Amino acid sequence: MSESGKPTLAVWKFASCDGCQLSLLDLEDELLALAGAVQVAEFREATSGVVAGPYDLSLVEGSITTPHDAERIQDVRRSSRALVTIGACATAGGIQALRNFADVREFVAAVYASPDYISTLETSTPISAHVRVDFELHGCPIDKRQLLEVVTAFLHGRRPGIPSTSVCTQCKARGLVCVTVAHGTPCLGPVTHAGCGALCPAYNRGCYGCFGPMETPNTAALVPRLRELGLTERDVGRVFQTFNANAEPFREAAVRDG
Amino acid sequence: MAERRVITTDYLARVEGEGAMTVRLENGRVEHVELRIFEPPRFFEALLRGRSYAEAPDITARICGICPVAYQTSAVNALESLWGIDVPEPIRLLRRLLYCGEWIESHALHVYMLHAPDFLGYDGAIELARDAPEAVERGLALKKTGNLVMSLVGGREIHPINVRVGGFYRAPGRRELRALVEPLERAREAALETVRWTAGFDFPERSVECELVALSQPGEYAIERGRIRSDAGLDISAGEYDEHFEEEHVERSTALHSRLRERGTYLCGPLARFSLNHDLLSPLARSAAAEAGLEAPCRDPFRSIVVRSVELVYACDEALRLIDAYEEPELPAVAIEPAAGTGFGVSEAPRGLLYHRYRVDGEGTILDAKIVPPTSQNQRAIEDDLLDVVARYVHLGDDELRGLCEQTIRNYDPCISCATHFLKLEVERR
Repeated sequence: MSESGKPTLAVWKFASCDGCQLSLLDLEDELLALAGAVQVAEFREATSGVVAGPYDLSLVEGSITTPHDAERIQDVRRSSRALVTIGACATAGGIQALRNFADVREFVAAVYASPDYISTLETSTPISAHVRVDFELHGCPIDKRQLLEVVTAFLHGRRPGIPSTSVCTQCKARGLVCVTVAHGTPCLGPVTHAGCGALCPAYNRGCYGCFGPMETPNTAALVPRLRELGLTERDVGRVFQTFNANAEPFREAAVRDG
Repeated sequence: MAERRVITTDYLARVEGEGAMTVRLENGRVEHVELRIFEPPRFFEALLRGRSYAEAPDITARICGICPVAYQTSAVNALESLWGIDVPEPIRLLRRLLYCGEWIESHALHVYMLHAPDFLGYDGAIELARDAPEAVERGLALKKTGNLVMSLVGGREIHPINVRVGGFYRAPGRRELRALVEPLERAREAALETVRWTAGFDFPERSVECELVALSQPGEYAIERGRIRSDAGLDISAGEYDEHFEEEHVERSTALHSRLRERGTYLCGPLARFSLNHDLLSPLARSAAAEAGLEAPCRDPFRSIVVRSVELVYACDEALRLIDAYEEPELPAVAIEPAAGTGFGVSEAPRGLLYHRYRVDGEGTILDAKIVPPTSQNQRAIEDDLLDVVARYVHLGDDELRGLCEQTIRNYDPCISCATHFLKLEVERR
């Protein structure tokens, strides 16, 4: 608690695009009410005002990709009563985890004229690989309504009401036509974590897995269907190797069937 | 005895991403200024290799959560130009509408939440909202309208899902777009109020002398397409970019620094766009600029906040025009038949010129990629400006000087997440 008696909220950034913390600022209708209910103690994208820890709730965006960040996350954990990771980078390593499947030195050399200037780890890893995490909110980017639910839940000391089912359940609940059944469009909806509200099928597009794997996904059953719909082995490898490539079920599917 | 003073800012706030700055002074003379970018590199250009051309808009969107549409647009422009595809007018118009949404969202975020607090002496918009709730609420309403446009046309506000090479997955109907008219009309009023508000701030008299570079397109204020032009006579296509611009890698930064091969430092973004293309703004945006006292060229980085506000008016005005002119396309996308070659694409991200280049094989697999974000292009100009600001205001106390330096950097709306291949403020006086 801060001196004002309000719970303190901190937002931290590691390797990421800033999109998930932007989701907090995208809560245009609730932002000022939220800012009234908590003391924003650390949120560098939004304010230069900083209050020393400990913090009641830390939201962590981004993955661990540098030796310095591997140390910094330990400090964040020590100063946080509850730590919630937000987005595919923080929960799975993000798109930058594609380096985990390649030689990072070769990646550095491909982008930078002077590779010696760059300090980087060979892997991009989720926050949970380094410290205890109290809750993971999935998505690339996260859904801002879900973020509001998670923050509200933690401030009230209850578990967040976030479904861990597949995109298909949200697609059915919206009454959308199945893009695979009706149009033969390859779709990762059956194995992908719910949360987006089945956005892609609503735009006549197959789900491309940006919320990562659902709990216990059956990728082995989906892959043959994807192949029937015209995806090559290489395509199958690609669809599982995007923003959640390092999440175990997707990693496994890419290695097994890609 | 030599006077030594050290001022540091370890982690610059209210910019997108991670960076720091050092200024070293000896006997009141500026010895050295540098921006350090410690945003961890994510190696996008490397990880694009071996991916399908069709994945480029989704993957490159993830470079930046604040301007994903810019990345998607430059990517589709590059690949479509390679295969000689000129998308039908309704698709181009939808792209421009989506991009207007991003300009509104990004500019409202920067003007109200990141930049205005500097002029008014607050740590951030949340603190500002305690004393001026009506201003912050106006900014949030504007931002929300930008997001509404992006959500409807793009599917969602951050990392839109509806953009593909050749067009869209689903083209919205005319009636769907009509739902945006009323919020955009209110946003346009709020944007006009924003121009009046920011024009009333106190501005130190500043002028930067570097070359101004922006896209230009006959008949419209360039956003999603155009030729690369400058006030020094540059007039080239995207395909000629590499002949005229180069990038350097310096030790202090995970961002690469760009320069014009012939003339060195240049500046892109709102000041360059307004200076080169102001006569193509809508009559309403032009009159708002005139009432705010803006004249072209505008070389004052502090007044970039007023230019952004004028562009907010324009983006709302233009979005309304586009919605009125919209006819649903027959198909949401043009069919693609990949062929080997190299494609070049540009567009005007909210913070400036964004260049993409892709070399692909006959199946459309990306062999190599080059992406030059606006913050990389502006970094030399920002460092030059800082050097001059510190030299002129060296008499100020440490806190005041640090504040002015940070504001100087924010004037450029640097997006550090984008530019890692950008900053900590440290002023050493000795």
